[in-house]
Amino acid sequence: MSRLIRPRPPLALTRRRLLAASAGGLALAGLARPGRLMAEEPIRVAGIYTVPVEQQWVSRIHIAAEAAQAAGAVDYRYSENVSNTDYARVMREYAESGMQLIVGEVFGVEAESREVAAEYPEVAFLMGSSFKEDPAVPNFAVFDNYIQDAAYLTGIAAGAMTETANIGMVGGFPIPEVNRLMHAFMDGAREINPDIRFQVAFIGSWFDPPRAKETAFGMIEGGADIMYAERFGVSDAAQERGMLAIGNVIDTQPDYPDTVITSALWHFEPTMEAAIAAVRAGEFTAKDYGIYSFMIHGGCSVAPFGTFEGRVPEEAVALMAQREEEILSGAFVTPINDDEPRSG
Amino acid sequence: MTEVVDILVSASFWAAVIRIASPLLFATMGELICERAGVLNLGIEGIMVAGAFAGWMAVWSGAGLWTGVAIAFGAGALFGLLHATLTVPFGLSQHVVGLGVTLLATSASYYAYRLALPQVTTPPRIEAFQPLPIPGLADIPILGPALFAQTAMTYLAFATVAVVALVLWRTPLGLALRAAGENPAAVAAQGLSVTGIRMGAVMVGSGLMAVGGAFLTMSAFDSFFFEMVNGRGWVCIALVVFGAWRPGKAALGTLLFAFFDAFQIRLQQTALGADVPYQIFLMLPFLLSILALIVMSRRAEVPAALMVPWRKGER
Repeated sequence: MSRLIRPRPPLALTRRRLLAASAGGLALAGLARPGRLMAEEPIRVAGIYTVPVEQQWVSRIHIAAEAAQAAGAVDYRYSENVSNTDYARVMREYAESGMQLIVGEVFGVEAESREVAAEYPEVAFLMGSSFKEDPAVPNFAVFDNYIQDAAYLTGIAAGAMTETANIGMVGGFPIPEVNRLMHAFMDGAREINPDIRFQVAFIGSWFDPPRAKETAFGMIEGGADIMYAERFGVSDAAQERGMLAIGNVIDTQPDYPDTVITSALWHFEPTMEAAIAAVRAGEFTAKDYGIYSFMIHGGCSVAPFGTFEGRVPEEAVALMAQREEEILSGAFVTPINDDEPRSG
Repeated sequence: MTEVVDILVSASFWAAVIRIASPLLFATMGELICERAGVLNLGIEGIMVAGAFAGWMAVWSGAGLWTGVAIAFGAGALFGLLHATLTVPFGLSQHVVGLGVTLLATSASYYAYRLALPQVTTPPRIEAFQPLPIPGLADIPILGPALFAQTAMTYLAFATVAVVALVLWRTPLGLALRAAGENPAAVAAQGLSVTGIRMGAVMVGSGLMAVGGAFLTMSAFDSFFFEMVNGRGWVCIALVVFGAWRPGKAALGTLLFAFFDAFQIRLQQTALGADVPYQIFLMLPFLLSILALIVMSRRAEVPAALMVPWRKGER
């Protein structure tokens, strides 16, 4: 069930947009907002999310869009908790109401969303997707939180900190983005300790903290002393049993000060800025915006150690700094592997 | 093979079984009461969401934990009242009303959540129920940590099973309730109100379902997420059938389901997990429960008046 957080723009806006196409409209728009040139008009952006904006992944998009709005670059509105069966309707509703850029996530409606986008060629769609861009739908670009660089670096920290050489990883579903980050994390951990055993499990749900917690308990019983917390609930299990955890996408250390060593952070801002610039320049095309989540574009970073300052071995901190430098200079490219990770 | 044995003899495994079973026990008993009185309550999934939200929200707003449980029960009973009003005196389709209640309760919970917390980055946490080891009993090897070092809500779940069984089979009220689901005309002939009994049963049953939901946000976890009930309500409907509408058997079925679930989580990390896709493991509890259901339900006696509306004076 969808709910428009803000009311739909009044009909006049759509009419104005139509009028703006003509010379008379140009003058009218100028009158309506004196002192502003057309080029500075904020881009009208809509967000469509299948989960509440609290959800880690979506929260990063939401924060970036609100920041862009505060800076005056966009006029942002959004619908959260839109079910997949309702997704196409909400896409149409925003497209018809005069939005210029629609951001969202189509992991559950990959084909249908592309069909809808094809019907609105003048609207730019920037969608989180497990698939690649399609030149046949030139106004439909894709992205995901490809923060393997940060995941690799946090892996180094975890690899140095595990005493049992056993790390547990609980994921939602094995989609490319999740797999890629897990592999990067494992590669990072193995670089500093090649003998680590990984326990990997997927819980078949994005939102079931009790189940994620139970799965994490199982892994801790199986010898894991550090958990890769891809889902809510995993850090809780680690905290209850006195084990450690690594956060993903958002910084979770404030909630688990004695548990979370560090987190691989996603920053959506570079992706957002690139898309806004493309829309403004009239050059928005089908491409993979996933690269803007790479560290070299400022799309990800490692959260400060905070409460764990001084507790991570020197050797690991040095290696993390060295790899980060190499990633930023292009000397080191984090391996990309989108296959489903397995225990072992 | 030794890995499997290691799993089965570990106390923490059995503790997980009990933990996973607890919310299902509440909700299964709730559904059982409704169906014994003749009303199929498909509102269960949504009522669990409402309970998970109401209990957690109450505690977050400053209420005590047990007050939170009571508020969850009350919220469930209210949705039960809605369900019962439509299905009992009005005699509407129990399938349609039940699914409607599920949709309404789910959406209303989310609506209330957003009104209370318009803008947050992560849902706030509460101080949830902590494990409460029972002195003496908790020291018994394997059994102790599994059964007697759980949270107070888990003890309440098992007590609920005992109370439901006792009331249904050992009291006049229980007899009247079961009769309302078997032969409502006989109940009416005794001068009792079929409508009243059925409505009361649905309200109490829905209250228990909501407490099952509250277990998720107040004991298993300490925060509310929108989709966290995640189909547990539907599982409970199957567990009632599995238990042949008997509280003891249904509780046994719940434990069996929880056993398979806790087992598959650990089995995934054995050598077997490297070759078998994870989906198979996730399917395991459902698959094995269906098999057990086939065996167990062969001699099950369905309440004769289940889903049959009662209209006074009609023959």
